Amino acid sequence: MPAFLRNPVTLALFVLALLILLGSTIAIVPETKQGVIVRFGDPKAIINRYRQNETFGNTGAGIIMRWPFVDQVVWIDKRVLSVEMERQQVLSTDQLRLQVDAFARYRIVDPLRMYIAAGSEERVSEALRPILGSALRNELGKRPFAALLSPERGQVMQNIEAGLDRVARQYGAEIVDVRIKRADLPDGTPLDSAFTRMRTAREQEALTIRAQGAKQAQIIRAEADANAARIYAASYGKDPAFYDFYRAMQSYRYTFSPDRAGETNIILSPNNEFLQQFQGRR
Amino acid sequence: MKRLFGWMPGIVSMAQGPWGGKSDGPESNDGSGGKGAGGDGGPRNPWTQPGRPVGQKGPSAIEEMLRRGRDSFGQGGGNGGGFGGLPQRPNGKALWPIGIAILVILWLVLTSFHRVGPQERGVVTYLGSYSRTLTPGISLTLPAPFAAVTIVDVEEIRTIDVGSTTAENENLVLTGDQNIIDLAYSVRWNIRNPELYLFQLSNPDAAVREVAESAMRAVLASVSLDDALGAGRTAIEQQVEQRMQEILDGYRSGIRIQGIAIKQADPPAAVNDAFKAVSAAQQTAQTYLNEARAAAQQVTAKAQGEAASFDKVYEQYRLAPDVTRRRMYYETMEGVLANVDKTIVEGTNVTPYLPLPEIKRRAAQAAPAAPAVSSTEGQ
Repeated sequence: MPAFLRNPVTLALFVLALLILLGSTIAIVPETKQGVIVRFGDPKAIINRYRQNETFGNTGAGIIMRWPFVDQVVWIDKRVLSVEMERQQVLSTDQLRLQVDAFARYRIVDPLRMYIAAGSEERVSEALRPILGSALRNELGKRPFAALLSPERGQVMQNIEAGLDRVARQYGAEIVDVRIKRADLPDGTPLDSAFTRMRTAREQEALTIRAQGAKQAQIIRAEADANAARIYAASYGKDPAFYDFYRAMQSYRYTFSPDRAGETNIILSPNNEFLQQFQGRR
Repeated sequence: MKRLFGWMPGIVSMAQGPWGGKSDGPESNDGSGGKGAGGDGGPRNPWTQPGRPVGQKGPSAIEEMLRRGRDSFGQGGGNGGGFGGLPQRPNGKALWPIGIAILVILWLVLTSFHRVGPQERGVVTYLGSYSRTLTPGISLTLPAPFAAVTIVDVEEIRTIDVGSTTAENENLVLTGDQNIIDLAYSVRWNIRNPELYLFQLSNPDAAVREVAESAMRAVLASVSLDDALGAGRTAIEQQVEQRMQEILDGYRSGIRIQGIAIKQADPPAAVNDAFKAVSAAQQTAQTYLNEARAAAQQVTAKAQGEAASFDKVYEQYRLAPDVTRRRMYYETMEGVLANVDKTIVEGTNVTPYLPLPEIKRRAAQAAPAAPAVSSTEGQ
């Protein structure tokens, strides 16, 4: 051990200096980052660049060496990043307004280009956001409202994605996908008129249901009446003359019953059938 | 997920060791400890050194207690420190390397062994590069600055709620027939592949939510209002689950969707009354039907009863038609004539006088006397 290292203070300083040197010489590249080595503002090398279908453990991640204090590493996220579009109104061809918010996912595939063109991931997001908005407006503006609520929606998204990808390539990014998160009718008149339409549709349904119910009920009653008539006919038809007599008897009993309203006065002729025996004729 | 050791890119990643070491790492920690020990000209032992001045500055009860504890520990350490039979105050040279050695060993042990619970996986990176995934149990890796282990809970089902079941916050969604419903649902998911989960998406939890909203709205845009409100719910849940899984697999996110549960799918509050009116109409229609069926039952039963009684009488009548007929006639007349005013008028040249005004008067007298009776009788 050299003499100056005997003193713990100098030893500590020495160790510290060594560590600082070590820290600025080696860099540990995690799986989630890629980087550009910049020497005095001049990009020299790309580390851990994203490749398609790479498996973790076989990427460029790990330890790298660089010139201390000369090389600077600019770290760039290697993961899939997201850019969200602010809510905005889109006008469809049939003049319906829609509130749309969408998001796009992208990945930086060319760190060097991204470093030159944008500098940081935030700047890429900022650059992509308005383009996403205008691509969405253009694409949806070409279609009727109903297209958004149909399988055609997939086609719309593909077009937007292609348009956005073209721009994103200029920033060294690749669009993974674009999706509409929400597509709503804006508050106020459009929403209210949709509600009114729903309400009237329901009212119509309610009336239809009630009318159908009444119709069914009437049919049921009529069928029952017909059925009753059939039963009566089958029974009384056996002897119509006796039925006439039998029913007349029932009817008299009912009609002249003291329970009925009104007073009954009956004026009989002695010739009446009932008084036949009264006269003692036979 | 808890990170055992956070690593900082750009500088040599060092352990955030159990001693709260800064990014300078354990070596420099030990170095400064040694420096302090040497600078003060041979303390009792390295551990007592930093504690003393602090304790003397502002002694509180707790600090006093701590200090005493440290003192006794220091005493023990001091005695123990004299491995080679050193005197009570060993010189700095002899002691601080031992202290460093103990710390280094402790650090090695604590950062090399990792306990992974049964529901967890540990993702090991060697100097930043993914190496392997630890399965449950105790595992051995390289110590801290070289290997970092991130423990991920893969069994835990996480839940994301979208929309709420309360009335104030409506999550309005358009259906395929351009109607609007108020929807609340939850997404259950867990981590299928911990390394993909850690390395692929910048914010996987937020991604699940966004994808859920997007997929749910896309599916609802293809179904009708009635399906969304009622019968089609299970199919919708399955479709959303499938679609979400496809999207997330497209990102290689390492996330598995366990299921979607639609908690509420109602018409919006603004049109809820109209929807209630529909169910009210359904009830009314049902009432109509029930009433009609009851009446039908009555009519049919009455017909059957009357027909049956006629049949019975007719059976007997056929056996003795004349007698039965006369009997029935007399019985009926008896019943009818017994209770009424009867007048028998003899002769053909007598003009019967019917006192109609008198009958009317009598009726008028009777009417106010018992109006209630007559009205009930009328029914």
